[in-house]
Amino acid sequence: MDVNLVPLLPAAQVLLAALLVMLLDLFLPDHEKPLLAWITIFGLALCAVDAVLLWGSREGSFGETFLLDNFSLFFTQLFVGAATLTVLSSVRYVREAGIHQGEFYSLILFATAGMMVMAAANDLIVFFLGLETMSVAVYVLTGIWRSSGRASEAAMKYFLMGSFATGFLLYGIALIYGATGTTNLTQVSAYLLEPQEQWPRYLSVGGLLLLVGFAFKVGAVPFHFWIPDVYEGAPTPVTGFMSVAVKAAAFAAWARILMHQLSPLDSDWAYAVRVLAIATMTFGNLLAISQSSVKRMLAYSSIAHAGYILIGIVAGEEWGSTSVLFYLATYVPVTFGAFAVITALTEKDRPKEEYGHFAGLGFKRPFLAMAMTLFMLSLAGFPPLAGFTGKFHIFRSAIAAGYTDLAIIGVLNSLLSLIYYLRVIVMMYMSEGGVQGKSLAESPSLYVAVGLATVATIYLGILPSRAVEWSRVAYSTLF
Amino acid sequence: MSPLPGDISLLLLLPLIGALVLLLVPRQQRQILFTLALLASIAAFVWSLRLFQAFDAGSGQMQFVEKIPWMPAFGIGYIVGIDGISLFLVLLTTFLMPLAIAASWTVQDRIKEYLVFMLVLETGMLGAFVALDLFLFYVFWEVMLVPMYFLIGVWGGTRRIYAALKFVVYTMAGSLPMLVAIIYLASRYAHVNQAMTFDVMQLYSLRLPVNEQIWLFLAFGLSFAIKVPLFPFHTWLPDAHVEAPTAGSVILAGVLLKMGTYGFLRFAIPLFPDAAAVFTPLIIALAVIGIIYGACVAMMQPDLKKLVAYSSVSHLGFVMLGLFALNIQGIQGGIYQMVSHGLSTGALFLLVGMLYDRRHTRMISDFGGLWRQLPLFSVAFLIVTFASIGLPGLNGFIGEFLILLGAFSLTPGWAAAAASGVILGAIYMLWMFRRVFFGPVTHPENQTLLDLNSRELLILIPVIALIVIMGVYPQPFLSRMKTSVDVSLQRIQNSKAAPVATNHAAGREINTDGR
Repeated sequence: MDVNLVPLLPAAQVLLAALLVMLLDLFLPDHEKPLLAWITIFGLALCAVDAVLLWGSREGSFGETFLLDNFSLFFTQLFVGAATLTVLSSVRYVREAGIHQGEFYSLILFATAGMMVMAAANDLIVFFLGLETMSVAVYVLTGIWRSSGRASEAAMKYFLMGSFATGFLLYGIALIYGATGTTNLTQVSAYLLEPQEQWPRYLSVGGLLLLVGFAFKVGAVPFHFWIPDVYEGAPTPVTGFMSVAVKAAAFAAWARILMHQLSPLDSDWAYAVRVLAIATMTFGNLLAISQSSVKRMLAYSSIAHAGYILIGIVAGEEWGSTSVLFYLATYVPVTFGAFAVITALTEKDRPKEEYGHFAGLGFKRPFLAMAMTLFMLSLAGFPPLAGFTGKFHIFRSAIAAGYTDLAIIGVLNSLLSLIYYLRVIVMMYMSEGGVQGKSLAESPSLYVAVGLATVATIYLGILPSRAVEWSRVAYSTLF
Repeated sequence: MSPLPGDISLLLLLPLIGALVLLLVPRQQRQILFTLALLASIAAFVWSLRLFQAFDAGSGQMQFVEKIPWMPAFGIGYIVGIDGISLFLVLLTTFLMPLAIAASWTVQDRIKEYLVFMLVLETGMLGAFVALDLFLFYVFWEVMLVPMYFLIGVWGGTRRIYAALKFVVYTMAGSLPMLVAIIYLASRYAHVNQAMTFDVMQLYSLRLPVNEQIWLFLAFGLSFAIKVPLFPFHTWLPDAHVEAPTAGSVILAGVLLKMGTYGFLRFAIPLFPDAAAVFTPLIIALAVIGIIYGACVAMMQPDLKKLVAYSSVSHLGFVMLGLFALNIQGIQGGIYQMVSHGLSTGALFLLVGMLYDRRHTRMISDFGGLWRQLPLFSVAFLIVTFASIGLPGLNGFIGEFLILLGAFSLTPGWAAAAASGVILGAIYMLWMFRRVFFGPVTHPENQTLLDLNSRELLILIPVIALIVIMGVYPQPFLSRMKTSVDVSLQRIQNSKAAPVATNHAAGREINTDGR
């Protein structure tokens, strides 16, 4: 067995940073704890630099079960970006809320490392390891605000539903192993080149179980029930982290495993994914309309956006792959930015996340409101913002692949989504009243996070070419 | 690629730069904010005059064209250009904007954001008129939606939130299917020519089978018909107009509605000529219904602003009738009518706004006998009323005359019905004028009203001057339009003669080839 350690470098750096944070946490006095945030960001930044330097290389480790290629590096950048924004937006939040800072930052890092393993895994068992590393860390993060009853409930719910989904995945993996005699995805896909008549029946059952497991993880309807409660209950920065990074990680694994390596099984689930996409978009949007809490609305909107991404997956790896990756890249800053604005409004023991709490924000906190406006318009798909270019590429791939009907359903859904995204703007600029109290989480670093997300939202909207090209290159290295 | 922006890019940038500068000015500096916004919009107007002067009337082709690759992998480019059709709409926009900003002097709160939105709106509108790439056009088309949404929603009347949402949802309901159609068209082009493009000039050469054209025309047409607004898609218009602040109404009626008719002329008809021919009878019927229906509803309105709003439905029906006559007189008349409607209805909204500033009501029954109290105002109102009716010697006459001329040669029956709309127009406008300005003063509040001040005079004089000039000396305008209209008609003929692309669902075929 080869022991090429280069592919592990980015993930190992993040893990080392996590250990360092845990260790230092023991020795630092309370008032110096915020230093841990900067160590976390430093570790993430190192990892990002590495990922940039390694771009273009393709190395495997442990018998090609762990691959460092452009695909995993692309997602590494997304995860690092999401984790950095999370840390920036929670520096003050965790301190004021009385959350243990050492645990918080190290768990973010552990989860990020798990995601990186998921994106790089070329073996079902390695993928599972990454998934569990990420999931366990995020379960704990959800409930880390121990004095909040809502958070504990959410953590419990998330844990139960997550384990359920994990069960599906494990069953699927077991069946695929039983049929093919291997968990290595390259070998599995080699096996799938054999004529279909020789496959055991249960192979496609295994594929479908994997599909269900993934659908749980990305929150596709009808496997979405955990999302609203968990997103609402978790501390807001964690919600942001979950809704962008965890979702991106699940889609990364979906793209590498289902879309690429197991693509011969397509015929079994193509129709199912199509139904999933339509149901996810439509129900996500319809349910988002009736919410009274912005945080919960964003939870449903994240379901709807998973639906748009599924359109790209239906379009298939030849047409849709680039658009799926690019959509995720646009989705990360926009959605995280929206959650960061909600974080900024939080008051001690009083979440300020109802629509009413946004009233008059436009003229009380002009910067936050302007950023939130951009995020909402971007999520609704207004040009020239990131959300529009993302949707444009998704619809383009669907039409090119001959799924014009899906594109039409997609745009009709965008129309539905206007109703609730614009409501936030109506509140901020066209209503009076709203929050008066002192914010718990507002801090310069939070503003930096919102600012970075804003810049990315505008940049990816006006000059998307480079990111689209990266997405294309990232996926094409899978071949 | 030169580092300096081209002629048209500069035109687009001027208001935007103004908006960015405004963001840096503290909000208390009301005077400075206004001056800067006015300067930016006047600069854009002056620059557009320079374009007008440099415009070669003899050529019907696109002029001042700029082409910069934007997303080359998908054939998306920043392509802008002006021909005799868009030239006047650009001028109309840059001309109305300084007036609208000057008319906003009475807006009291949040003036900084207000002016920023106005300038962004100007860039959006200009961009939509000059874009020659469908992707770019869509971007500008949507960009102008957002500032208008805020202008209505923040600075509007009592039902502003409802009106703003209705405006956005209606427009988006049209434009989102158009987005799908745009992408579909580009994919179809890729299917035939192996490379995607959104360049309109190249897409003109693609001729699709009629059944595909019909779907695409419907998607484009719905979007434009809502914007025009063509009967029965007009219901958002009265709400938006009534609730919008004065400047918002001026821009909405003066420029935004022309986006729809312009879209038909530039995109929907030449891109899908066969489908346009199929739909012509329907659209002409809807246009004439709109003319008469709009006029009848306008007659019964108690609210001045609503009356003017419904008169827009009627006048835009004339424009649609002219465009779909698909002959030189009809189209020229349509463009002429777009510009003159922009001027006269813009002026009407300005005047109603001035009246509202004085009396805080727009109900016709609250007025009466203003003639003696406000002589200057009444004269201005009278001239604009006559222009709107289409009195010979003023701008409205030329457009309506040409349109009816063009329509008569196509469908005498519908044209005759449309002509009755002119009479109805005279009835409701003059009746309104009589009730507001003549008779005894029934409300004592009206006895203390002040006549136009110098700021208001400065706003109105240029509009009225242009109304008269366009009425007595239309030649400089018509001559610049003529060659471009000829070229457009020729283009429609050419693409009708082009061979039909094979009938396959887009992409499917390449898909199997690629594997």
